[in-house]
Amino acid sequence: MARVVFDNVSKHFGTVKAVDGVSFEIDEGAFICLLGPSGCGKTTTLRLMAGLEQATSGRIVIGERDVTQAKPKERDVGMVFQDYALFPHMTIAENIAYPLKVRGVGSHDRNARTEEVARSLGIEQLLARRPGQISGGQQQRTSVARAVVHKPQVFLFDEPLSNLDAKLRVEARSFLKHLQMELGVTAVYVTHDQAEAMALADRIAVMESGRVVQMGPPLEVYRRPATTFVASFLGNPPMNLLPVTLRLDGSDGRLHGPGFELDAGAWREGLGAGSRDGAELTLGVRPEHLQLAPDAASATLSGQIYTLEPLGPETLITCMVDGRLVTARLFSDEPPALDGTAHFRVDPEHLDLFDQDGNRVPR
Amino acid sequence: MRLLRLVVSRAAFYAVAAVFACLFALPLVWLVFAPFDARANLSLRLPHPFTLANFGKVFSNAFAVRALFANSIIQGVGAMLLVTLLATLMAYALSRAPIRGTDLLSYGLVLFSSIVTGTAAMVPLFLLVFSLGLIDTQLGVILVFTGGLLPAAVFIMRDFVDSIPRSYEESALVAGASPWRMFRDIALPIVRPGMMVVAVWTFVNVWGGFFVPFILLRSPSNMPASVAIYSFYTEGGTPIITLTTAYSLLYTIPVLALYLFVNWRYGFRFFGGIKS
Amino acid sequence: MPERRTILPLRTGLLFLAPAAVFIVAFIILPFFWVAVVSFTNRSLTGPGALHPHFIGLQNYARLFQPGTFLQPGQFGSSLLITGQFVLFSALIGQAVLGLFLAWFFYRREGWVKQTVQTLAIGAWIIPDVVVAFAWSAFLDYDRGTLNHILQAFHLGKVDWLLGVPLLSIILFNTWRGTAFSMLLFSSALGSIPPSHLETAEVNGANAWQKLKDIVLPLIRTHIVTDLILITLWTFNTFTPFLLTGGGPAFKTEVVSILTFRIAFKYFDFGSGSAIGMIMMLINLAFALVYLSLLRRQQGASR
Repeated sequence: MARVVFDNVSKHFGTVKAVDGVSFEIDEGAFICLLGPSGCGKTTTLRLMAGLEQATSGRIVIGERDVTQAKPKERDVGMVFQDYALFPHMTIAENIAYPLKVRGVGSHDRNARTEEVARSLGIEQLLARRPGQISGGQQQRTSVARAVVHKPQVFLFDEPLSNLDAKLRVEARSFLKHLQMELGVTAVYVTHDQAEAMALADRIAVMESGRVVQMGPPLEVYRRPATTFVASFLGNPPMNLLPVTLRLDGSDGRLHGPGFELDAGAWREGLGAGSRDGAELTLGVRPEHLQLAPDAASATLSGQIYTLEPLGPETLITCMVDGRLVTARLFSDEPPALDGTAHFRVDPEHLDLFDQDGNRVPR
Repeated sequence: MRLLRLVVSRAAFYAVAAVFACLFALPLVWLVFAPFDARANLSLRLPHPFTLANFGKVFSNAFAVRALFANSIIQGVGAMLLVTLLATLMAYALSRAPIRGTDLLSYGLVLFSSIVTGTAAMVPLFLLVFSLGLIDTQLGVILVFTGGLLPAAVFIMRDFVDSIPRSYEESALVAGASPWRMFRDIALPIVRPGMMVVAVWTFVNVWGGFFVPFILLRSPSNMPASVAIYSFYTEGGTPIITLTTAYSLLYTIPVLALYLFVNWRYGFRFFGGIKS
Repeated sequence: MPERRTILPLRTGLLFLAPAAVFIVAFIILPFFWVAVVSFTNRSLTGPGALHPHFIGLQNYARLFQPGTFLQPGQFGSSLLITGQFVLFSALIGQAVLGLFLAWFFYRREGWVKQTVQTLAIGAWIIPDVVVAFAWSAFLDYDRGTLNHILQAFHLGKVDWLLGVPLLSIILFNTWRGTAFSMLLFSSALGSIPPSHLETAEVNGANAWQKLKDIVLPLIRTHIVTDLILITLWTFNTFTPFLLTGGGPAFKTEVVSILTFRIAFKYFDFGSGSAIGMIMMLINLAFALVYLSLLRRQQGASR
């Protein structure tokens, strides 16, 4: 196991900056998720780690070695590809053993190690078969076995679960986490699925347009998103983001939003220079923090009901608040009996404000 | 009424199909009967008396035997090996290496080779082989065929290689293989079907090729079967029908066999329609 | 997403390329320039032109285009006319139309009838040149040939194919030979048309001819152009009629490739042979450019 350091790494494809000045440090044995939408640079970052792409600038360190110029075979990493990439003309055993074969390990040792790894992944009965003859889940585990067999310093996963159907995915997800914890190997995992990242990661690095926008433990990124992008990317249904205008009429100032008004005192200091009259800001509140209020008087905001979705343990209520859709998540056994209008109140602790650039304003 | 229309249209379908079947088959039927006919002549007739002696005549003709079983095979196999290997390497490089403008190159190559055809360039090709001292040699013929068939072969192989996901090779690289090792262990085995198609296509083109050996070879002992057959039915007074038809049949069988084999194995895929 | 993931380092890639590149340069690129050079000399295989070829400027070309003799049998102009008719009737009208007809005829039908006819057509195409020519020389024989036997059976009288109507003979021969290619290309083109297009037309009451004209042909326009360019080039450059008629009788079927052969390898005049070769290449280039621009216009229009 080893730590991984990216020092101001960039990768350009012509004029496109796929990775733009990314820096981070990953501790030994940590499980890091690179999370973001397609095209954000997370896969390119992973491939830079593997040596499948050459960095345009910056430094990459794995363990104690500067590997920026090193070829893939010199980096001692194990990688699981999205399509598993199992060699169709080799048996499962030969597939798993390939990294050992290439390193000149003798056939006796190779077979022993292959069996050992296959057993730990529950696929030892498939060793004589070919990739085309086993199921998707088994292929995925074979791919993991091949990545593990030569005891690499770092594991790299490129959306390894996206080709599995939903039920298998959850199973496989906890299996991978368990495996990583047992082996204690540093792992870097690329995904666009925020739930996956939340479930697996010790730290999440949220990426957008080639940059790391925020990096931290899942709950921190969830509870204190650094930008509106992060706020809306994590959480399902996503955080409600409403445009508000700051009005400084004598007092501490009020935030005027669609159909409601709030005291702006908590954020005045954090806004600093941005605290001007007429400043256009964004207010964020997560659906689970909107609680039903009995009437308009006790409500923070109210709206016309747009849809009511009883999902079992929770009910999603979406309302039209002055032309904007706001979703609330209610946990109760019985879906509420509502007609026409819904009223909500929010604990001010759970409100987040973002400035005109989308950056979080501290309280 | 509807039923009648159905019957009539069905009958019309069969009739038209039959006409075309006859159209295509007719000129060749003679070639099926005559080799087995002891007294074959130019007319189409059932073999009478039926015999296999015509084939015996072929085998006792040293020139014919040598042409078919030595020269044609040497030329065919030689070009096949050369084209397959070189085209695979080039197609792989064009697909996987950071070379600029490879798509333009592939199409440009095929276009150029359609412009600089064997017949338009017959003089410089002859002079080239002449200056290499390879006139009247099998090697000269093999080299010229190879040069002419490579662009289309590269085009076909490129199609195959492009269709392989790069993740196979990448995972081999990450697993620790060097590029050469990866090519040998992973890439080559996976493109084998494409190589088979190119190999068969090259062989069939060279086996059936007439023009190149016709202008590059001089001695009868170097002629392949295609030129031999030509000389049988044009030189001299009347061609010996029994010998020539039997010989032609023997000469055609490998081509038909290969076609059936490729069709069975891979189906008749069309790579932008390249034959020759 | 990155545009291209490189697997081979550039140097290794170039190494892989190199052997094939050598061949291509030597046997395709080099001859293109060489032909031009030789066409300006009086190079020949024997005699003074072999040892000391001189630069003679455009004399070879001038001789080809001499107004007095241009269209005489055995001369370049006559050969061009013959080749033009050959390409027009056997490729553009013969193979392409027949190929399209067969593809349309068997469209969406399966079964042994289709398989048989297609296999026979393909057989006509893949059997080696020499064998096919030999079979046709017997087929077209005046006294004993099968075709004349059939005509006689229908009381239509014998035709002296190879000596009386030689150009027609090679046109029929080449049409028969090459139709399979167009048939297969159009078959796969038709197969790529979503059935819903035709079903919509049918629901609207279109008959077979209208369907072909209004739906099918426009949708497979690029395939038609591709087919035409390929078979035009192939037919223009083909040497195969030589195997049937040798260019005769009296040069009546001497297409340009056969003329080149006669000049270069019977009279050993490499200079003139190269001049014709050069012109052939320029004509090939012209065909290619015309068709390419047609293709680009198609693609532009369909956007």
